[in-house]
Formats: sequence, structure tokens, C-alpha cells
Amino acid sequence: MSQIHPVTMPKWGLSMQEGRVNRWIANSGDFIQAGAELVEVESDKIAGVIEAAGAGVLRRQIAKENEVLPIGALLGLIADKEVADSEIDTFVAEFQSHFVPGETAEGELAAGPETVKVRGRTISYLRRGDAGEAVLLIHGFAGDKNNWLFNHEPLAATNTVYALDLPGHGNSEKVIDDPSLDGFARLVLEFADLLQIGQLHLVGHSLGGAISLAATLRGRDRIKSVTVISSAALGREIDAEYLRCLAKTNSRKELKVLAGRLFANEGLVTRQLVEDLLRFKRLDGVQAALESILSEFLDGNQQRVVLREQVTNLGKPIRVIWGEKDRIIPASHAALAGAEVHTLPNAGHMAHMEAANEVNKLLQF
Amino acid sequence: MARKISFKQAINEAIAQEMGRDETVIVMGEDNAGGMGADGERDAWGGVLGVTKGLYGKYGDRVMDTPISESAFVGAAIGAAACGLRPVVELMFVDFMGVCFDQIFNQAAKFRYMFGGKAVTPVVVRTMIGAGFRAAAQHSQCLYSLFTHIPGLKCVVPSSPYDAKGLLIQSIRDDDPVIFFEHKLLYGLESEVPEESYAIPLGEANIVREGDDVTIVAIARMVHVAQQAAEELAKEGIHVEIIDPRTTSPLDEETILDSVAHTGRLVVVDESHPRCNMATDIAALVAQKAFGDLKSPVKTVSGPHAPVPFSDALEDLYIPSPAKVMNAVKEVLEYAK
Repeated sequence: MSQIHPVTMPKWGLSMQEGRVNRWIANSGDFIQAGAELVEVESDKIAGVIEAAGAGVLRRQIAKENEVLPIGALLGLIADKEVADSEIDTFVAEFQSHFVPGETAEGELAAGPETVKVRGRTISYLRRGDAGEAVLLIHGFAGDKNNWLFNHEPLAATNTVYALDLPGHGNSEKVIDDPSLDGFARLVLEFADLLQIGQLHLVGHSLGGAISLAATLRGRDRIKSVTVISSAALGREIDAEYLRCLAKTNSRKELKVLAGRLFANEGLVTRQLVEDLLRFKRLDGVQAALESILSEFLDGNQQRVVLREQVTNLGKPIRVIWGEKDRIIPASHAALAGAEVHTLPNAGHMAHMEAANEVNKLLQF
Repeated sequence: MARKISFKQAINEAIAQEMGRDETVIVMGEDNAGGMGADGERDAWGGVLGVTKGLYGKYGDRVMDTPISESAFVGAAIGAAACGLRPVVELMFVDFMGVCFDQIFNQAAKFRYMFGGKAVTPVVVRTMIGAGFRAAAQHSQCLYSLFTHIPGLKCVVPSSPYDAKGLLIQSIRDDDPVIFFEHKLLYGLESEVPEESYAIPLGEANIVREGDDVTIVAIARMVHVAQQAAEELAKEGIHVEIIDPRTTSPLDEETILDSVAHTGRLVVVDESHPRCNMATDIAALVAQKAFGDLKSPVKTVSGPHAPVPFSDALEDLYIPSPAKVMNAVKEVLEYAK
């Protein structure tokens, strides 16, 4: 029996209610491999590409380019060429008659972020999925758990996935009692203890990568694997000037330029992405928190802590992912003995956002 | 964690959090605490539209009711500010401000300058502005341009709950006298506001919407009128950029000029009376500093040079509407030399 695969408006991040169809990449009538790029969609924060969930012919492009549609709305249909047009029409009619904007497959029941007190400080986290092994996502400097908007939900199909806001970031308390790498590593392990996550996989980006490596060194018995994306602590070089400006400025203009440096394609930086960064930067305590991290992690214009030697004999699977166009930490740091290394040609520092589909394929646990 | 609260709640929360953070912050105004004289009622009032409701219960006598004597209590607040407190004083309607012009224009605004920088006056005067409230000519004006005219005053005109909270917190922390204008028709507007404290710098415009065709600078409630116009225009393929200056003094000239450099066309939407208002001021700014960027003359959209009418029908006609903004946008687009 041939299957019809509906292509629907995804929900990228908690705040996404609707998305704009930027352009169709696949043409109507094209034969589509599973995983092939179908259509580019833009939320108010960022643009991304939807890939085909299954193979077949793109039988219908229902959404028009530049159309704004609610999450869950039908964008197109993939089916074998044997499937009759009438069958497709029936499928579309049924889908549309049952579709209620605002009600997604997982419903509005999907829980929002929760909080836990770690050493007396509030830490915010989001949990998705309840199958398979536990995975913890750790964002980078001045980022937050929403940086995983393209990864969290897809990974949750096969795993129980947590994303936290580090202290000083996102919705966590803006006080960092111990801004050292070791302090963050202990915090991550205590967070996992409090949530009774036993064995887990760590995925960290940039500063979060360094924290993942340090946490793995401290908690070897329970960390099953570690994946780092454009990680700190694998070499000395880093764009220290960028980090200092990011900590210091509250100017929209400057933040827009800085945010652009995170991506290979600066066009991905939307007004809303800059606005969200500004809103974070304006919160009381954030600047002091960010500066306290830099005072621990920078030594002049270089990284103070390099864990390269310690982690080569980790005895745990290490995966290193790097965007080749990373302008913050050079992609040359990706080469690590004993690790599974992937460099992605069209991504900058934020490979998990900019090349989300490729990164998601690599994140198998 | 951000959640949706109203413009009015955002202002209340800003004052409450600053009172919690800094014990020199006090609140004064007519009926700010209670106004009824009885203990049981004291907490029930909270200003003419209830913006300071609940603060008396939390902070007791740091929230003070004043007699209906604006010149006295605004003067007292300015004096208290010069002596080390940070009063947030409410003067119901900006239309009543005339009776205390000396205290504001000639005292508060001049202290820092005339005492050679040795005196600071960290007072915030909160006041309601705007038409559409069916409250006639003496309760409906948008007089921020008058105060913008005076050096030494800072003038804040928030358009959203998020901005209202962050700008009020910054205003309270600022060492200069700040006049904080609250459009009464915005009080019920809700948007996402962080529970935590945050400050938005005075003098930094917000880019509310990006577009390539025409720059619209809009103030206070007019930001929403401009947004409605922008959505309609987008359906016709016209993409406007909306700049909300957020403060008229200091004014973020750079953001306005950058935007005009990009679009080459400017419409300014200002609800205040049309002579010597922010619209004419911004039009003059762009004419002087960005003449070479302009592809068409600047258009301003304001009410007529007349008091705000009491008749509902006339008041509705008086206030700049999305249709008037759309017409102005089309006029600057269709202009041919």
C-alpha cells in the first residue's frame, strides 16, 4: 500500500505560531528522496529548510510562496506516482476539514519550560520526548535553550531530550556563583542528579561544548557519549574581541553585526533574532554574568582552558561537529584524535541552526 | 520568564520592582494610595485609572496620596529628588501640567545645569496622554512636544507593555528629570514582558518593522496605527519600515536617518497638535541631515490645529487613522518631481 506523506508547517521553538513559505526548493512532480530538501520556511526568528520525511513524488504544492500559515498547516504532499489523484484530493480535503490552527499533532498539551533549583539558584529547562536514552543539550555563551529550536523536537522523536539555560542565561537566574569551567561542569551533573537522569549523552555548543567535555571528565561513569559543536576548550584561538563586545554592548546596531558573525549566511539574522538578543542583554545582572564568564575563560585574546589532551583518552565516544565557516572559533580545532569528526562546508559557528538537518542526522544516540 | 501582561500592569510592576530594589524610590500623586481616607479603601484606588493599585499594600507610606494641588506636590517631588529620593509622581492628565510648569521647566530642568553639575534631580513625572477616551479637550492632548522643547528634561513615550516596563525602570534609575507619557488607550494592551527587571536605554529607537519602501516614524499609540497601515500596505506590495523613537528627548536621530537613507521616503505619524510637534521636528531633522537621501518630500500625519473634540464622531476624525497613514505613504511613493 502506497503512503501519502503530508508536509506540514513545523513548530520551531516555543514561540512559533505561524511561518512564511519562502520558496519551494523541490518542484511539483519531482521524485523526492527521503531527507531531500523540499521547502524553505521562515518563522519570525529564523529561516530553515523542511526535508522530506519519506520518499515519493511531490504531488502537490499546496502552500504558495510568501504565504503565511499556522503551524501544522498542510504545505504539500508526497506520494508514490501510483497513488491516484482522486485519493490525493480526498486526503487533502480530509486534512483541511480536520485542521484547526493552533492544535498541533502533539497538541497544546506539550509542556513549556520547567525550573529546578540547583544549589539554590533557579535553572530553567525544557524537556521533550520520553523514549530512548537521555540527551542533554547545552547552549553557548550568551545563548539559551531556544538555540536548539531546530534540533530539540526532531531528537525527541527517539530520545528524552533536555535543554537547559545555563546560569546567567535564558530564563535561569542571572547570578553565576561559580563561572569557572569546573563550576559549570558540576552544575550540569547536579542538574542531571536532581532530575534523576541516570546515564546520559551530552551535546554542547561552543561554551556548552567545553562544559560538556569538562562534565564528561568529571562524570565518566554516567556520560555515555559527548557531542560538541564548534566547541571551546579545544585550542587557544578564539575571537575574543567578539566575545567582549557581545558581553558589553546593548546597541541594536552592534548586536546585529555581532549576530551576523555567528552565521555563514548573515541573511539568517532576522530583526526578531536581534531583538531577542537585545531583550536578554537588557535584563539586570546579565552583563555582569557574561563578564564573569569571560574573566574565567579568556586569557588575553586566547582561551585559558584547553582540554584537548585530557579528552583524547576519555574512553567515551566523542563526536566533534564544526561549521567550516566558523568565524568565532576556527574549524581547525575540530581535528581531535579518537573522535568522530564532521565538518560542514556551509555553516558558521551556529551549525546546529544553520545546517540543522545535517546536524540532526549526525546526532544519533 | 516572559508572560503576557498589560501596559498598565507593566508600569505597576516596574515601579514595584524598583521600590523593592531601591528604598529611595517613592510614589506620590492624587489617589495613588487610596484617596478615600479610610484604611480599608486605601489600597483600593491606585490612581485615577488604577495604575499604582496594590503598591500601598506592599510599600506602605512610601506611596503617598497628595491633595489636588499639582504645583505643590510636583514641586515637593522635585525638591525630594534634589535631596536624595527618587520620587515617581503621577500627574493624572498631561493637560493639567500647566499649573506646575515653573517647577518642571524652570526648576527641575535647570538644577543640574545651574548648579554646575553638583545637583541631580532623579524625579519621574508619570502622566496620561492621548485622545480617543471621550474625555473632551482638557483630558485628551498629547503634549510631549512641549516638554521635548525644554533642555534638561527627558521625555519617554512608550508604545508597548515591554517598552513601558523597561523604559520606566530606566527612567527611575536616571539622574535627570523624566516626563513619562502614558497613552491611556494603551493601558489594556497586552504583550510578552519578562518577570525580571530590565532597563531600556533612553535615546534608543525601536525598529518595529523592517521594510524597504517608506520609513514611518510613529510615536506612542500611533505605532499601532502605523502597524495596521503597514499590514494593509503589505497586501498591496508596499513594505514600510516603522521606527518608534520611544523617547522624544533624547531622540535617536541615527536610527531615523539610517532608515531614511535606506528607504528615501519618510512619513511621521504624531497624534499631538500639528504645529511645533514631534512630526515637524523629525521632518526638519531629516530635511537638514538627509536631504540627499530623500526621493520625495516628507509627509506628516497629525490631527488638525484644533482642540480635541468632545463629539465622538469628530474625535474619531481628529485622531490619525490607518487610512490617513496609508494615504500619506502612497503620496510619498507616487511623488514625481
